[in-house]
This record gives sequence, structure tokens and C-alpha cells, in this order.
Amino acid sequence: MAGADRAGGGPGAEPLLLGIRHHGPGSARAVRAALEAARPSAVLIEGPPEADALVPLAADAGMRPPVALLAHAVDEPGRSVFWPLAAFSPEWVALRWALEHEVPVRFIDLPAAHTLAGPPEDTGGPPAAPDGIRAEPPGGTHPGPDGAGAIGAGPGGAGPDGGGAAGDPPTRPGPGAEQAEPQDGGAAEAAGAAQAEAVDTTGTTAAEAGERAAADPVRVDPLAALARAAGYDDPERWWEDAVEHRGADSGDPFAPFAALEEAMEALRETCGAGGDPRDLVREAHMRLRVRAARREFGDGVAVVCGAWHVPALRRRTAVAADRALLKGLPRARTDMTWVPWTHRRLSRSSGYGAGIDSPGWYAHLFDAPDRPVERWLTRVAGLLREEDRIVSSAHVIEAVRLAGTLAALRGRPLPGLGETTEAVRAVMCDGSDVPLALVRDRLVVGDVLGEVPDTAPAVPLQRDLTRLQRRLRLRPEAREREVELDLRKETDAGRSRLLHRLRLLGVAWGEPAVSRGTTGTFRESWRLRWEPELSVRVAEAGGWGTTVPAAAAAKAEADAVAAGSLAAVTALAEQCLLAGLADALPVVMRVLSDRAALDADVGHLAQALPALVRALRYGDVRGTATRALTEVAAGLAERVFVGLPPACAGLDADAAQEMRRHVDAVHTAVGLLGDTPAAAPGGPGPGDVRVRWHTVLRTLADRDTVPGVVRGRAARLLLDDGGTEQEWAARVMGLVLSPGTPPTDAAAWIEGFVGDGGMLLLHDERLLGLVDAWLTGVPAEAFTDVLPLLRRTFAAYEPGVRRSLGELVRRGPAGGAGSGTAPSAGPPGFGAGLDEGRADAVLPVLGLLLGLDAPGAADPDLPAQGTRGVHGTHAGHGVGEDRTAAATAGSAPSARAGTETGRRRAAGDGGGVRMNAVEGAVR
Amino acid sequence: MSVSVDPTSVEPSRKHSASTPAGLSAATVAGPSGRPAAGSQQVLRPHAEDAFGAELAALAAQDDRPRPARWRLSPWAVATYLLGGTLPDGTVITPKYVGPRRIVEVAVTTLATDRALLLLGVPGTAKTWVSEHLAAAVSGDSTLLVQGTAGTPEEAVRYGWDYARLLAHGPSREALVPGPVMRAMAQGATARVEELTRIPADVQDTLITILSEKTLPIPELGDEVQAVRGFNLIATANDRDRGVNELSSALRRRFNTVVLPLPETPEAEVDIVSRRVDQIGRSLDLPAAPDGIDEIRRVVTVFRELRDGITADGRTRLKSPSGTLSTAEAISVVTGGLALAAHFGDGVLRPGDIAAGILGAVVRDPAADRVIWQEYLETVVRERDGWKDFYRACREVSA
Repeated sequence: MAGADRAGGGPGAEPLLLGIRHHGPGSARAVRAALEAARPSAVLIEGPPEADALVPLAADAGMRPPVALLAHAVDEPGRSVFWPLAAFSPEWVALRWALEHEVPVRFIDLPAAHTLAGPPEDTGGPPAAPDGIRAEPPGGTHPGPDGAGAIGAGPGGAGPDGGGAAGDPPTRPGPGAEQAEPQDGGAAEAAGAAQAEAVDTTGTTAAEAGERAAADPVRVDPLAALARAAGYDDPERWWEDAVEHRGADSGDPFAPFAALEEAMEALRETCGAGGDPRDLVREAHMRLRVRAARREFGDGVAVVCGAWHVPALRRRTAVAADRALLKGLPRARTDMTWVPWTHRRLSRSSGYGAGIDSPGWYAHLFDAPDRPVERWLTRVAGLLREEDRIVSSAHVIEAVRLAGTLAALRGRPLPGLGETTEAVRAVMCDGSDVPLALVRDRLVVGDVLGEVPDTAPAVPLQRDLTRLQRRLRLRPEAREREVELDLRKETDAGRSRLLHRLRLLGVAWGEPAVSRGTTGTFRESWRLRWEPELSVRVAEAGGWGTTVPAAAAAKAEADAVAAGSLAAVTALAEQCLLAGLADALPVVMRVLSDRAALDADVGHLAQALPALVRALRYGDVRGTATRALTEVAAGLAERVFVGLPPACAGLDADAAQEMRRHVDAVHTAVGLLGDTPAAAPGGPGPGDVRVRWHTVLRTLADRDTVPGVVRGRAARLLLDDGGTEQEWAARVMGLVLSPGTPPTDAAAWIEGFVGDGGMLLLHDERLLGLVDAWLTGVPAEAFTDVLPLLRRTFAAYEPGVRRSLGELVRRGPAGGAGSGTAPSAGPPGFGAGLDEGRADAVLPVLGLLLGLDAPGAADPDLPAQGTRGVHGTHAGHGVGEDRTAAATAGSAPSARAGTETGRRRAAGDGGGVRMNAVEGAVR
Repeated sequence: MSVSVDPTSVEPSRKHSASTPAGLSAATVAGPSGRPAAGSQQVLRPHAEDAFGAELAALAAQDDRPRPARWRLSPWAVATYLLGGTLPDGTVITPKYVGPRRIVEVAVTTLATDRALLLLGVPGTAKTWVSEHLAAAVSGDSTLLVQGTAGTPEEAVRYGWDYARLLAHGPSREALVPGPVMRAMAQGATARVEELTRIPADVQDTLITILSEKTLPIPELGDEVQAVRGFNLIATANDRDRGVNELSSALRRRFNTVVLPLPETPEAEVDIVSRRVDQIGRSLDLPAAPDGIDEIRRVVTVFRELRDGITADGRTRLKSPSGTLSTAEAISVVTGGLALAAHFGDGVLRPGDIAAGILGAVVRDPAADRVIWQEYLETVVRERDGWKDFYRACREVSA
């Protein structure tokens, strides 16, 4: 075999070219065997030459793969490239082998300086890009107009879990789009190809990749062409069967490389260079570096590179020609470092396009000394047992048998991941996909987290943070200090966003403090203090992204996916708005609506709604686009509306109180939601939400199975909101307080109806009459049961209200025994006609309140007397009066305190009922 | 020994299996390809091995791969028989099961490893159909069948007695009436158990010894039947129905489980529903609905969305109700709607005709399911273009 001679010649005239598939455990094993056999004088690896200085770190005790080489532009940390390396990556194996044997290592690919310098909007992408092994194409992010908006760069779009594709802003230019692309359609092929190395779709736009796919399928996926030739429909499986699953039994460690090179050569002969000019540039650079290495270390050097490049490196070309190709490439100032990586991020399912969708399986294949299938299935059984599934050794035996037979049926040499997965499903999981998903998540992908020694150079995130701190003139100081931010100012808004983002990242530099002096939403107070360990936090957060916004967005997305409760996601949405992370919002919103849809507990939904609506209003203040938020909030409200009435049935006293609070919270939220103009387009209008809520309240108030306190509350809210007539309220109240209702229920209803202050009773004589009449009629034995409830209700009243109520009752209710007997002139509950003298007496105080020029000093006692005096006086004291007095009496209230309260209330925002009362008095 | 006449211990096989319907198939296509086997002209529905005898023979003739003991075909050929294909000599094998290839592969492989096979799935996913064809292809005999019901006694699974002979001569092998499973063991053939989970738990457990030790003890005679190589068992079960007897873990452990999925795409399901509705409608002499396909699509969409817990556009998550919402139920909803339209309406299938049926299928649990349905109506149906009339109809029947 000619190829074997060339590749297997060992140290000789030709360098040892080891063509690999990136992240291929079989390749890794073969590389190690070949290096052991050849003992080269130097190892050259496909990767950025800037990383040469970082090579010794790979031998550091603190270094544990998976890790990634990260290159980023010094002035623009958002632009970065990653070269992830797992323990089973051939490059990593070669690197470690060289370090262990003290053989020099050189990276020979085109420098990252060139890769990062290419203008991202150039449709040709960067002039050269390292292929397959790179997970992340050059960040390709432009700073936003304000310079701080560079979001979603680097790994930002790829949180550990699925955030990547969704988080990618569609506007991201150039290569950035590529990472989202492998998820779908035609480019999925390209993704498979990227993973199979030879293919180099990374660093190009998705559109371009698509074009190339159409133009030259072989170049896009040469392995697919080989696999088709071998009769496989899936290139992955072909590679696994042909290369990865070959044991180390073949005698010649160079044979697989020779065979592969031959195949690649044949492919490249038929397809040419694949029509990608950047490949030529890269290969030219690699050739130059190999030449330089041979001058330095002699001929016995080994080159580890993607199989596709091997024929090109083998070819003899003129040095001058190669130099010419490399001439005039743009350069950028770049920095390199090692960053920790995870298996999850290696996996294709994170939208990353790194290459492999089963890093855990590959790691297992690489680590398992023998019998990989048996060991794998034993591990699966162990995992399932941990999760309390009954899996015995017999299951494992049967699964191994099934996997083996299935492989035989499919004509494969060994069971692969597909066969073992089928076996696990059929034997251990009862055919269910649910436990299988667990196996996939924990084992096939795996939770392996890499580590990088502390001595590794600083991550770009720190650099970005320093830059932002300088620009926003917010110096990190160990001394604690407070800053007041006016969000209407550009700089202050930027500071606020930065602090919020850092909080999301777990870098607690600033703590929000309570704003002093103002309650406006455009002000924020922060307590700042830079602790030394925060630098460590920044370094830890470096894995999330290279810029603060990108990292915060990625972290927020990951947090949203991992969040335990609906309320946590809502809070996160709020934080995202505060931090101006519009990029993270779609994912957070999606998680939120998913959670809301699946959450059967109306309580959770009701808790989530207020925060969401609050967030909506914040968003308005800060000019964030909140369209998505509005939709989610409306959807959430809709679910609450549907679920609330059934959820209110059959509650005990505590649960009923809880539900009452929920009803209150939803009511407030609906009020705010209804005010939001953004709710109008397309969806239900603002008025619609409120009308529907009123329907729900009405249902609650009318339904007998709903606890009294909730019904009373619903009736009250409806009344306050103008959603119903006072007549109706009186009727409902009359029904509830009629003898047919158990007194405890009635008392609970009263608590719900007037539990938040007695002003209503104070001003609606008729309702008070109803309560009074009912209380009078409660049988003696039931009265003791009812008393605590009533005391609880009335004790919460302010003393002045209590006192006024007591006086009212002593004087006797307006309507006598209930029905509105007041003459028709006044509004219901008020006495007929006006007492002019008393009304006049109110005027000075009213003028004072309204800021008019009031002649003469106001007597603070007057308004209370005035309003109170409007009600007629009635005779007819009875037992009821004493009882009501017993219920209302608390501490001894002074008339003075009562009027103070009255004034404060009138001066505040004032509910409709109260204002009506004052109006009535004035008229 | 107590003596009583047991009606189920009479000759099993032919009579039983003749009543097995061909699953209305999420994924069955096929049909007897217009080629009834000789001698079966009078039969309403011939057995698989008769209906597709020619295909089986062609496969057997050209199958040169290794065959497990007493298998008529190699596992590869069995898979081809079910999935369809073209043989080297040009014989076309019609696909019997349209669905994921891996399911058939795992099923065949399971039988080849002498593990029992459990086919799970909601009604209408072609469980019975697949099991019949597997048995026909592997053993050439799909009639060794135990039909599981709540009243299936142990005798139906193991053996019964010929009581006249038992009384006259005492216990002997001659007085023994073997059940289908026992005969399959003796012949080294494939036995089938339909609706395994409907069989009472104590009767189910009779299978444990048969499946693990491959013997069937006959304590009355101090004898046993040992399974000949080639014996295996295919059971079908319904995993979402109410009132089923869960398999004990001891029994479950002896099965490899394959879940037959519902149709993958809405188009496939609409196709199955409309074809089946058409058949049923014709047999009921219902007039063909002119634009029924729209309503069928609507029913299928509603069922799929609620079943999958996500809307068709993949944007909104939904809660899933407790009902199975299988294709078979969609068919009955549409058929019911057609009957309504034909007898009480103007003959055109309208939203109002199917709304009540859908409500009945979705709301199985009056409390929880109703909330789910209301939520679905308000958050999904209300907003959807062109669904206004359907929304209104549903509101009417839900109120």
C-alpha cells in the first residue's frame, strides 16, 4: 500500500501526517498509538499558533478537559473563537503525549489574529478559519450603537442548555449565524459535515454554507461521500464502523491513517479543493509551519490535522507560492487563554455546532479499556437504579444480547450508540422515552465540567468589564458607597444595566438599596463594594461569554431553563428587563409561557402574574420592547381566569385566605395590565381583559362552593371596580347574610367583603344595615363561633373608622332593618337631602385639601362630623347595636385620631367610594 | 379434583383469531393486496400467512441468511417482510407496517434473542397487526392466539381438560387439552397474547415460568412440557386505558418492550382518519360530506395538540388531558359528527357536529380535563384564524 509507506515511514524524509476526525475517540486512540510507534521529534497540531505559549499549561495539574482554547480580539472582547478539546480529542491526546514525552508542540493553523481580523460582514467570512475543531466561529458581533449593546457574542448564544439557537439575534452578521444553523434543514447536513472535520462550514455564513452544499456536496461532507460509497446512509455510522470501532488489534498503527489519506486523496482528486479559497490559505500556512518545524526539529515531525487537509499538506508546493497566498491578510491584536468547557457545550444539541452529539458516549469509548458495550450498559443500569428504577443484572444481560443481535441484523461490527439505546429502551425502560431522556442527558451527553488552572491568562470578560467600568466612570472600590442613578440619563442607565447584569452573573458588586426621597421608577439606589473575591467570580463567569451582556444573557437563559418555579422565572424576566437583556427575553419568555401552561396550580400562576405585570411597567419606563412580555402576561391572565373558579372550590380556612390574597394580587395585576396600551394590538384589548376578569369575579361571587371569604372579596372588588351595581352587592350581601347561610360562612364573607378597611360600611348605610341586622339575628350559640372572625375583620380597621362605625351603630342604621328605605333623593345609603349647614362647614377643609385659598383656619374635626352628619339619625337601638359595638370596639379611639385618618385618606389617591362620599357631602 | 365444565377450554385457535380485527392502523397500510390465498375465498378476512403467502414464499426462496431454529425466514427477511422492499428477483414486498424502521428491527431482534416481545401502544397503533405479521413471518402461523379479557382463565393460557375423558380414565396426557401457548411450545412456534394487561394479574403470572424457564409444568400428571427451540411469545397491551392490570415487575422483566407510536405527521393521521371514516361511513350508508376534510383536519389538529402538549406551530405548551386521544378516537368523533350531520343537519359536516364529540373525547375527568379544555379553547382556539365558528360551537357545548 503506497499510502502506508508514506505515512508509516516514521521519521524519514516525509513528516508523519496523521489525518483525524475532530473529537473522534477512535482517531485519538490511533493518534496515540502512532505517536508511540513513531516517536516524532516534534508534534504539530492544527490550531492557532498563538496558543504555543499556552501549551505548558496543558500539563498543569489543575487542567482537566474538556477545555477550550479561546482567542479574542483585545479591543473587542466580543469577537472570539473557541477551539474546544475533550479528553478524547485527538488534538488533546497528541498535546498530552508530547508534554509527557517532552517533545515540543507547535500549532500550525492560520493565526487567530487573521481569523479574528476579518470583517464579520464580509460574506466570505474571515479569510481563514480553523475547521471542525472550532466550536465557535468568530463572534461576529458588532457593538451596538451605544457600544454597550454587544450582546450574544462568543459563547453567549450558547448557554449550557439549548439557549444557543434561540438566543441568536437574527441580525447577527456573518459567521455568527452559522452556529444557529446546524439545527435546521439543509444545513443540518453541513453540521454533520463540520463535525466530521473535513468539512469546513465554520466561519462562513449559513447562507454560504447552504450554497456550497448545493454546489458541491462532496466538499461539504466528504465523509458522507465515502459513506455512500461504502453503502451507508449515515456518514456518522460509517465513520464509527470504519474507524472508531476498530479495536487496537491491527498491528500497524499507521495503517488507518494511510487508508484514510488514500480515501481523502481520491476524494480531493475528484472534487478538487472543494472550492473554498480559505482552505487554500490555511493549508498554505500549515505547509509553511511544517517546513519551519522541519528546519527546527529535523524531519521526524508528526502533524495532527483534519483528514481533509492531509493530501494538501503532502503536496509539494513552492514556498513562494504559499507566501503569496498569505500576503496581505488583515491582522487583529488578539489574546489567547484556556477556558473551562463542558460536555454539554460540546454537544450539538446545544445549538453550538461544535460537532458531536454524544460526547459522553465518545468519552466512554475512549476510556473503556475493553467490552465497551457491556460497560456502557452497566453504567446505564447504575444510573437508572439511582433514579429508583428497578434494573437488575438480568436486564443488563438481556440488553447486551439485544444490542449485539440488533447490530448483527443491521450488519454492523459492534453495537453503536444507536443499538445500545434501542436495547436500553426495550429492556430497561419498558419502551418509554422518559427514562431514556435521562440516560441521554446524563450519560450520552454528560455533565463533565472542565477545569483550568488559575495561572491561565485573564478571560476576556474581565477585560470587557474593566472597559465598561472605565467608560461608565464606575470604579471598583473596596470602600462601600452608595450611588443614586437617574435612569433618564444615558450614563446612569448604562451603570444600572451593568450592575443588574453583574448581579445576574453572580458578581455581587452592587446591591440595590431602597431609594430615598422618591418613589419614582426612574431612580435607583445602589450600594457598591468591590470585594477581591469578585474577580474570581468574574473569572468563573467567563465561561458564559466574553462580554458582560453576552455572558449575562447566556446565564439568564440557562437560569430560566433550570429555574424551579414559575415565580422564579417571572423574577428572572423582571431582572432581564432591568438589565436590558433583550436577547435573553425570548428564551425566558418561552420558558415562562411553557411553565405557565403546564402549571396546574392557579396559586403559582397568580403569584407570577403581578411580577410579570410589574416587569411590563418597568419595561415601559425603560423603553424596552415588551411586546412579547405583554402577550405572555395576557396568556397568563387568561389561564388564571380559566383556572380560578374551579380552584376555589373545597378550600379550608387557611387555603381560602391564601386564595383571597391571590384574588387581590390578580385584581391589581389585571388593573395594571388593562392600562397597558401595548395590550391592544392583535390580542384582546385592555378593556377586554378587565371585562373578562369581572366575569370571573362574578362567577366567584355567585358560586356557593367558593369559600365565603373569597366570595366576599370578589363581590367587593367587583363593586369597587364599578363592574356591578350597588344594588347587586346589596342583594348578594342580603343573600349571604340571610338565615339560610351558616353564620360562620357569613362572617367569612363579611371578612372578605369589608376586610380591608371599614370605609365602605361607613359610607354605605344600607350595607351596614345589612350587617347589623344579620348580626342581630345570629343565634346566641352561633354568635360565639362568629365573634372571633368578626373581631379579626374589624380589629384590622383603623381606630377612627372603628369609632365612627360604633357611633353609627349606636345612632342606628339608616335603613332600619336592612332594605334601603332612604327616600329616593340621595344615592343609596345616604340620607335624603342636604344638611346645608354641615356641608358648608366642610368647605374650608376641602379647600385646604385641594389647595384652594380657603378663608379662615380649618377645624380638623369638621370633615369627619360633616360626612358623618350626612347620614340621618335614627332611633331603634337594640341588642344589635351592642353587639356590633362589641365587634367593632378595640382600643379606645380618639376622635382626633379618627379625623387624622380621614384626612390622610382623602389626601391620598382615594378610592371611588370615598371620593363619592366627599362629593356627596359637598353637594 | 373438582370437576366443572369450562367453556373456554374448548378448541382455541381458529375461531378466536378470526375475530381479531386488523388494527385500524396508525401505521398499517397494506391490506391483502387483492390477492386472496387459495381456499380462503369464503373467509371475511384471511390470516396474514394466507393473505401474503406468496410474498412469504418468495422471501423464503431467496433468503440465504442464517435463520434461527425453526424460523421460516431470517431476521433480516422478517424485517423486510414487515417494512416492504424489492427482492433481487424483482418481487415487490408490500410494506405491512409504515413507521419507524427501528421499531421493527428491535421487535424482530427481540424474537431472535428468545426474549418475549411486548408491543405497547394506545388503541389504533397497529399492535395486533404487527404481532400477527411477525408471527406469520417467523413461524408461518399466526393463529396460536390467546385473546386476553378480564375473564381469561388460567386454562386459556396453559391447558384445560377434556372432562369426559378425565372422568372416565383419570388424569392422563390424552385428557389434557393444550392451550395455544402450550402448543406453540411443543411446536417451537410463536404464540401470541392479545391485550395482556386485560388479563387478571394472577393469570398473567402463569407466563413467568413459561418465559423464564421455557417449561410448562403439569403438576396433575407430574409432567411438564418443555419448549422446543424457536418458541417465543408476542404480547400486545394497551398502556393508557383504564381498568387494566399492570404487569408485575417479574413478568415485565421477561419482556422486551416496544412502544408503537402514533402517526408521526398530521398529514399521515388525517389520511388515516379520512380513509377509515370513509369506509365506516359507507358501511353506515352516510352521505359523503363535501368538505369534511377540513373538519377532519381540525379534529386531528386538536387531538394531536392536546396529546403532544404543544401547539402545531410549536409555540405554546399545553396541558394534556387524561384521555388517550388516539387516532381511533378521532375516527369515532368524525364518524359521530357525520352521523349527526346526516340525520339531524343538512348533510354537511360542520364545527357544531364535531364539537360535542371532541368535548366528550377530551373531557374524561370532569374537573381537571375541563380546565385543560377551557384553557385550550381560550388560549389557542380563540386566537386561531378561521377557527371562529369552531370556537363558538365549542363554547356552546362546553357551557
